[in-house]
This record gives sequence, C-alpha cells and structure tokens, in this order.
Amino acid sequence: MFSKEAEQKVTGHSPRELAWRRFKSNKVAIPSLVVALLVILAVILAPLIYSLLGIDPAARDEGALDNRGEVPGDWNGISAKHPLGVVPGIGYDLLARMLFGARVSFLIALASTAITVFLGLLMGIVGGYFRGRVDGVIGRFTDFLLAFPTFFMIIALSAPTIERMEKSGLIQGNEARILYLIIIFAIFGWPYLSRIIRSQVISIRERDFVLSARALGASNFRILVKEVLPNVWTPVIIYVSLSLPGYLSAEAVFSYLGIGVQPPMPTLGTIIADSTKYMMNNSVYFFIPSLALILLVLTFNLLGDALRDALDPKSEN
Amino acid sequence: MNGLLAYISRRLGLTLLILLAVSFTVYLIFALLPYDPASLTCGKSCNDPGIIEANRHRLGYDKPFFEQYWIFIVGLFAGRDFGEGAAALHCAAPSFGYSFQQHACVTDLIFDALPVTLSLAIGSLILWLIVGVGLGIVAARFRGKIWDTLSTAFVLVGTSLPTFLTGLMLIVFLVIKLDWSPFPAGGYTAPDEDIVGWFLSMVLPWVTLAFAYAAIYTRFVRSQIIEISTEDYIRTARAKGLSDGIILGKHTMRAALAPIVTMAGLDFAGLLGGAILTEAVFNLPGMGRLSLNAVVDIDLPVIVGTTIFAAAIVVIMNAILDIVYAFIDPRVRV
Repeated sequence: MFSKEAEQKVTGHSPRELAWRRFKSNKVAIPSLVVALLVILAVILAPLIYSLLGIDPAARDEGALDNRGEVPGDWNGISAKHPLGVVPGIGYDLLARMLFGARVSFLIALASTAITVFLGLLMGIVGGYFRGRVDGVIGRFTDFLLAFPTFFMIIALSAPTIERMEKSGLIQGNEARILYLIIIFAIFGWPYLSRIIRSQVISIRERDFVLSARALGASNFRILVKEVLPNVWTPVIIYVSLSLPGYLSAEAVFSYLGIGVQPPMPTLGTIIADSTKYMMNNSVYFFIPSLALILLVLTFNLLGDALRDALDPKSEN
Repeated sequence: MNGLLAYISRRLGLTLLILLAVSFTVYLIFALLPYDPASLTCGKSCNDPGIIEANRHRLGYDKPFFEQYWIFIVGLFAGRDFGEGAAALHCAAPSFGYSFQQHACVTDLIFDALPVTLSLAIGSLILWLIVGVGLGIVAARFRGKIWDTLSTAFVLVGTSLPTFLTGLMLIVFLVIKLDWSPFPAGGYTAPDEDIVGWFLSMVLPWVTLAFAYAAIYTRFVRSQIIEISTEDYIRTARAKGLSDGIILGKHTMRAALAPIVTMAGLDFAGLLGGAILTEAVFNLPGMGRLSLNAVVDIDLPVIVGTTIFAAAIVVIMNAILDIVYAFIDPRVRV
C-alpha cells in the first residue's frame, strides 16, 4: 500500500534530463551558452547589424584618419559612428570588419570541425567495430599522423599546396587559402577524435543491445547506424565544443604568421596581425580584436567544459 | 634482465623504423611538390640555367628519387660532399643537406639556431614545471576552496590565450607602456657574450611560453593527485596516521611523477623543433624562425632538414622515456 505521494516521487529521469540538470546547476554553463549563442547569432546576422548601426565593412571613412593615416586621439576613434573605432591606415569601421572577419573565421572553424568529426567518427567506428586488420591499419596510420610535427607541416605545406590548388584553376586566392586551412586542420585533427570514438565503440559492440540486434539478423551497416552511432554522440558533442575554439585560435595563429588568409579579406586573425603593426602608438586597436578573440575562445572553452561535466560526469577534467 | 634487454632492443628497432618512415614521408612530400628544387637554389626569382643545372647536379636532384633519399640517409651518418673535386662543398656528419640560398650546411644552420631554442625551452620548462606542479598540488589539496577556484581560472585563461597574444600583450604592457622596463621587446643575446643581457632578453619569452604549458600542467597535476588520493594505499597511509605532507611527498607525488615526467619530456622534445610563435613574437633566431624563414623563401633543403630533425627529436625522446620506464616499472616490458 504505497501512498500516492511516494509513487510520484520515484519518477525516472532519462539520461538527457539528468545531463540537462547537471548542466543547469553549473554556474558558468548557462551564461557561456547564452554568450556563445549570441555570438553565433551576431555572426549569422552580421548584415542586419551593419544596417542597424549604420556601419559598413567596405566603406572607408578617411575623415576619421589624420593625414598620416593614423587615428587621432587615444581611443582609436571610438564614437557613435564607429562603436569600436576605425582601422588605421585604411579607415574601415573596426566593428564591421570584426563581424565580417568573424564570419570567415567561423566558416573555417566550423568546416574544419565538421570534416574532423566526419573522419574521426568514420575511422573510429570502423576501427573499433570491425577490429582485426582494419583496426590495425587505421591505428598505425593515426600513430603515424600523430608523430608528425603538425605545426611545421601546416606551415611548410601551405605555399606549395595553395599554389597547386590555384594552378588547378578551380579555386583562387583567399578561397584557396581558406580551403587549405580547412583541409589541413581536418587532416591533422581527426586522429584525436577517432581514438576516443574507437575506445567507446570497442565496449559498445559487446553490449547486449548490439548482440540482440545481431541475433535478429541486422546487417553490420544497420547496427553501426542504429545501435552504435547514437551511443557515441557524447564524445562528439564534447569534442565539437572544444575543437571549435581551438580552430578559431589556430586560424588567428596562422594568419599572424602570414600563412592564412591574406588582406584585404578580414578574419579575426588578419585583423589582429594588422593591429600588431600599430601596437606602439595605438594599443587600443590591438587590444579590441585580441580581447574579442580571447573572450570568444574562453566562452567556448567554458561551454565545452560545462558540456563535458554534464554529459560525462565521471570524467574529472 | 634479459627481458629488459629484449625490450630495449625491440623499442630501438621500432624507433629506427618510425624515424625511417617519417623521414621518408617528409622527403617524399617535398619531392612531390610542384617545385623544381634546383631552380630554387638561387632564390625565388633566379633563372640562370647554367647555375641551376650545376646546382641540380651538385645537390643530386638529377638522380632518381630513391637514390636521392638514400644519399640523404647516408649523409646523415657519414657526411656528404656536394659536387666533385676541388669545388665540392663538404658537410660533415650528421649532414641534413646544403642550402645554396644561405650558402651553408643545413646542420650548421641548425646548430646555430639550436642554442637559442634550447635557452628558450629549458628556461620555460623549469618555469612551467614549478608553476604547473605547484598550483596543481595546491588546487588538489584545497579542492573546492578559493585556491582551487583561482587555479581553475588560471587554467582557463592559460588554455584560452593563444601564445602569440600572450607575448604581444606582455610587450605592450611591460615594454611599451612602461618606460623603465629592463626587458627588451625582442632579439637574442648569447649567454657567453653577456649573461645578464641573455637572461633579460629571455625572461618575457620564458613567461610567454611557460604560461600556456603551466595551465595545462596545473590541470593535469590536479586531476592526477585527486585520482591517486582515492587509491587504497593512500587510505592506508592516512589510516596509519601519516601526516598529509608525508602522504603527499612519499606516496601521492611518487605515483604522479611518472606521467608528469613523460608529458614534460615529450613537450620539451616538441619545443626543440622550434617554438615558432614565441620566436616570431620576440624575434629570436631559433629553430622556429629558421624553418619559418625557410618556408617563406622556399629554401627546400632547410625545410626538409629542420622538419626531419624536429620529428627525430620527438621520436627519440619517446623511445628514451619508454626505456626509462622499462627500468622503473617491470610491467612495461611485455
């Protein structure tokens, strides 16, 4: 004879509900999620913001510069007309350029992440599920890739690869450079994810539900898509949220070294690289895009940590 | 002991194989590039066919690919002559090739740059180990307290700041904004010329590089200690009345040491190939700048040489660490 009250208390919670609860109880999770969503929204709706604020990433306001091309005053010409000031030397509105640049940076980061996840999932699942020789070959190949001096290779291969892309006639200039960054980030990025996925799949394939699917005569393809894939989303979500900021700052790093996108196309990285030229006299111009990048990376890192704690509570960092 | 010897020889054999595979791939990748390596020998815009053909022959680019690679490998162990007779340029072993753009053996270029990178790597290694391990221990001991929160904030900022921005901000704040800064904004002073100048020129690069690593090590050491603290033997030690300090020093840290040493060894080895960003920001003529400049000038022998050198250090360090473990921990030798 149980009271009605007790019956109500013992309600089950799906893993998703539990994860959401843990996520909500994390103090930084919701703020970082909100900021991240706002940033993504701002990047998507950049044209709307241009017209709302009356700024234009292609318009040059030479009146805001003195005759040496420098911005007069200490604050990089911040005003109602230019919320974050102007770009010295050329007179672009800095906020408009940063929004435009963030679109390119996000494009690179998102596309790299997408390809990395695709390759990592494919190789990890195939290796972990089929084991044996396939697994061995994939395993040695990932070892080999991980042994490479990645940073060096990205720099060393940039000029010749981009040249070859351009010679093919299919893609030119900055489009080729963007494509190069996306591909090379993905090539050197997937082994990390594939290792995590593989180790998960190895244990998933021995679980009862996979066994019963097999007993029912399901094909390997069906088992992989319907049984295995839905169970590896946790590491994928965590990986995505942590690799996005990684690729955002990687873009900035390679642009700083002169490897990535070239002016006049803006990215967060090229704006920062340009701002270092004016570091001596106009440090505000240097700090604004740098802080923007740092805050962006910080937000996504916080979000990624919160997601990991919520989805995988056993992992202690 | 036989098991140990067998393990070491197996591990060394494997290392040799990996080295061959990596060097071969690097060599192959750069041979497949759409460049004529000979016409690059006198700079990007050189077109004297006489010089080009002479250099092609001297560098062996007229030979088939596998023979070129083989000559490269032999040169690593026996030294190499570029050209014949009196006009030959000799590079002693280990020869990583010859750069006609810089008129120097690649090995000499590497050995000129290596002390700079070594100064940078050793100094920042010491710094990040002190800060990272120290903060990690403090954070784990005062878990959930204010120190832990502070160290978490440090970890977050350290892992979110790209190295070049750390360096640039230090330059802006400490060198440009402060007139009295004792630290130069860049450049390298050799320690045998001026030891104080060397130290001052290295402080900002050390801090810059160590900052990112210290953050990673803090997080790693903290989670290692917390994990080890749940082990039975730690509980036993506590039950028999040992003080927290002795447990930490004699039991916890001893177990945490091995993974920290591995990580530090590999990170250090990785840096010897060049801390490209820190060297670029502070204008240090180390390995990173050598290879970055080589890429900009498409100085092929230097690119190939430095890449293989960097990869070799990492692979060799990996083997050394594994062998050291085999001595410490017999379970590894299987």
